[in-house]
Amino acid sequence: MPTLYQQFMQSMMPILPEAIVIIVGLTVLVFDFFIEKERKSLLGWYSLAGITIAAYASYTLMPMSGVFFGGTFHFDPFATFFNFVFYIACGLGILVSINYLEVEDIHRGEYYALMLFATSGMMFMASAGDLIILYLGLELMALSIYILAGFMRGSNRSNEAAIKYLILGAFSSGIMLYGMSLLYGLAGTTNLSGILAFLRVADLSNPVIFLAMIMLTVSFGFKVAAAPFHMWVPDVYEGAPTSVTAFMSAGPKVAGFAVLLRVFLYTFEPLREHSTAILAGLAVLTMAVGNVMALSQTNIKRMLAYSSIAHAGYALVGLAAGGPDGAASVMLYVLIYAFMNMGAFGVVIMLRKAGERGEEISDFAGLGKTNKTAAFLMLIFMFSLTGIPPLAGFIGKFYIFKSAVQAGLVWLAVAGVLFSAISAYFYLRVIMVMYMHEPKESIELSSAPSLALALAISVTAVIVIGVYPTDLLNYARASIAGIM
Amino acid sequence: MVNQVIFFYFAVVILASAILTITQRNPIHSVMFMLLLFFHIAGVFVLLNAEFLAAVQLIVYAGAILILYLFVVMLLNVDRESTAARANRFWPWMAGFGVVIAAEVILLIVRGTFPSEAGQQPMRLAGSGVKELGELLYQKYLVPFEVASIILLVGLVGAVMLAKKRASD
Repeated sequence: MPTLYQQFMQSMMPILPEAIVIIVGLTVLVFDFFIEKERKSLLGWYSLAGITIAAYASYTLMPMSGVFFGGTFHFDPFATFFNFVFYIACGLGILVSINYLEVEDIHRGEYYALMLFATSGMMFMASAGDLIILYLGLELMALSIYILAGFMRGSNRSNEAAIKYLILGAFSSGIMLYGMSLLYGLAGTTNLSGILAFLRVADLSNPVIFLAMIMLTVSFGFKVAAAPFHMWVPDVYEGAPTSVTAFMSAGPKVAGFAVLLRVFLYTFEPLREHSTAILAGLAVLTMAVGNVMALSQTNIKRMLAYSSIAHAGYALVGLAAGGPDGAASVMLYVLIYAFMNMGAFGVVIMLRKAGERGEEISDFAGLGKTNKTAAFLMLIFMFSLTGIPPLAGFIGKFYIFKSAVQAGLVWLAVAGVLFSAISAYFYLRVIMVMYMHEPKESIELSSAPSLALALAISVTAVIVIGVYPTDLLNYARASIAGIM
Repeated sequence: MVNQVIFFYFAVVILASAILTITQRNPIHSVMFMLLLFFHIAGVFVLLNAEFLAAVQLIVYAGAILILYLFVVMLLNVDRESTAARANRFWPWMAGFGVVIAAEVILLIVRGTFPSEAGQQPMRLAGSGVKELGELLYQKYLVPFEVASIILLVGLVGAVMLAKKRASD
């Protein structure tokens, strides 16, 4: 007969990874009081250790699978896959932050706590089995990121970014809640499996079902920065501290795709033909807006913001293709995207030295002569973002477009390839500026062991996944098997 | 029938006071219209057989949060009415767009049906519903309940972090 304590621990097992992340975040807030200003980076390493422990917990619990807490919480391979992507995004985000926060003189313990809380929110989103926990996880993530975006209190641009993101985010939450309340009125339950059971037998000519689906599409589209809900992205990405931008472009976007996959490919499965049309339209528009608008940018953060919109478009292609292949290609893509985008932002952060901005593309002039390593890393990340073999970015796009062709969406794959070709212009321009232009003045780079570690991890991942993607793709396929 | 008439009264006042809240130039007036808004939302909860939530709505929103707003308005000493422009020159377009979207939503909902029991009529509980609510929160919705507590903590940390004066500023 197990004791009450054992029963309690047993029932808490499914949320162990989330609990570890939250507890580390809470202790960061407490330790912050006892650590003097010069040694705040200790908190960064402590948070990183916490993320590693949570990743280990996820790894050991991997054989477990099921629905817990009255159907509100899924612990399945799908959620675990995304949890690993969130650990990577948060871990790399912490690594690129430690030195940057020193340079900007905003090194405070709350930063790491908020990053951990945002990560736990994303994990709840990926594991959600109920609209209520889905919404609360999303708000936990969003609220933390609003604050992080405004972390440079002295900077008007940072304040503007935070306010803009907060107000537009509140609108999108409102639309999402409206859609969810309609779904509740239709199905009589907020449980994702319950809604699926309702949709299987429902009269699909009922227009309210589509109204609810469109409202959820709008609000998730906002989170993954799909056009036409992308208006906030350039300003927020530009204004937020660069390390937050790096985290924001990887974490919440991936979480948005986790939710899109679970809701659209699992719960809305009976609405497949309608949702395909909506998602394919969104994908084309998003790829067009992201790639075309990126052409004329002179600020590297704005350029990468539009590039992140374009990448959301490619991932939407895989989502529109649907099926296990489409889902697995999206999962592989967001993982690769997290690595290469984090790496690109890491190089941007290297250029940032106190007193100089280092955010214009022209600041990269002559980097190939003055700092060969940084320039070469940027070259790899830009090639990977363009999708040039044998780097990971190519593999990601290849499987996305392949799944679209297999699903009969040849026109969508063709559009994706065309827009990829356009994207080569603005990615390669950075490389051209680095290697062909003369250096304006000698640029001193800020380098730190943490930043170097983040870049080393990213570049290794981009190359290794590019050369040998099979295992990862099989892992993604196996993870999706449980829900489709 | 009577219920519907009462509901329409609440709905109209809620919409009107929400619009008045954001269009008033005097912040005190805005806060007062918000009070009206909160009272009528509490009324809707009563109509839905959720007396406890109605009371919470009044105590938390009308009682606590609104008083805080008033304090802030008074502490900031916003005595002058703001004269800055409230909308840019595109507002008629935006308002038109909003009307079109609203019309579509209304049309779709009117033409649709809500087949589930929850979509037909409010749930009726024995007593005040406090016990049922508590049981749901601490059993089935335990995880969301705990996540909500972390959200409140994040809000708290963020407010202190963004607003606190520091020696270095």
